[in-house]
Amino acid sequence: MFEIPTFMILLSMLLALVSAIIGKTIYDKILAVNIFGTVTVLFIALFGFLTKRPEFLDIALVYALINFISTVAILKFFEYGDISASSIEKEKGDI
Amino acid sequence: MTVVYINIIILCLLVITAIAINQQDNLFATTMLTGIFSLLSASLFVCLDAVDVAFTEAAVGAGIALILFLGSLAFIKYKEKIENKVSVFGLITVILTGILLIYGIHDIPGFGVADNPVQTHLADKYIVGSSKEIGIPNLVTAVLASYRGYDTLGEVVVIFTAGIGVLMLLGRSRENYKGLIERED
Repeated sequence: MFEIPTFMILLSMLLALVSAIIGKTIYDKILAVNIFGTVTVLFIALFGFLTKRPEFLDIALVYALINFISTVAILKFFEYGDISASSIEKEKGDI
Repeated sequence: MTVVYINIIILCLLVITAIAINQQDNLFATTMLTGIFSLLSASLFVCLDAVDVAFTEAAVGAGIALILFLGSLAFIKYKEKIENKVSVFGLITVILTGILLIYGIHDIPGFGVADNPVQTHLADKYIVGSSKEIGIPNLVTAVLASYRGYDTLGEVVVIFTAGIGVLMLLGRSRENYKGLIERED
């Protein structure tokens, strides 16, 4: 029952990968990595149900958090050219 | 059987990603593809029932390593310097190592087989003897902190060293850096 969605998720993984490889601008690539992270979250959640162990849902949630953090870091890098930069001039920054 | 097909598909995607990483000359694109590679390997670890390893891979590979790569990219140029030099010695070494690894596969016991050494005597010994030998009621803690204590100590040393290295590379603020140059002048 969960086989077909799982293979569809794997197919969308492939599509996100193609988009990351042939994407022209850096924004295509950032978007592709973000989509790939989301698809991975979905895959882990579905895989838990496929193997009849839905406890994997917690791990999928943590993956969603990590994915969010790395996207924020990448976008911050583009906004300020430096991930340790701060939005307020006088502050020292995060790192 | 479905899980086997899923493993095969994920491994194929890993190979495609690795080739793509090798082909890119834009370092930012390489960094993004590295993130995808580590997410894929995390999915593979989940399929292989190593959920804790998958969790570490996602946190370190897709989270911290990506951020560290980006932090390093802030200091260097985006484009890779291309050298069209093929090292014959390196190629031979890689191929020989690959052949040796594939040859070594034949000695590995089958995946998840019931009479593997790991399933026959080791687990029973831990379950029966750990509370008497170590005195810790939690089995996992007994294995990690005592039976594999040196292994865990080594891991901690490696992670500590890596942390010190990263702090030395990235932790210096820009103002101090400028000060150093002025003092040299």
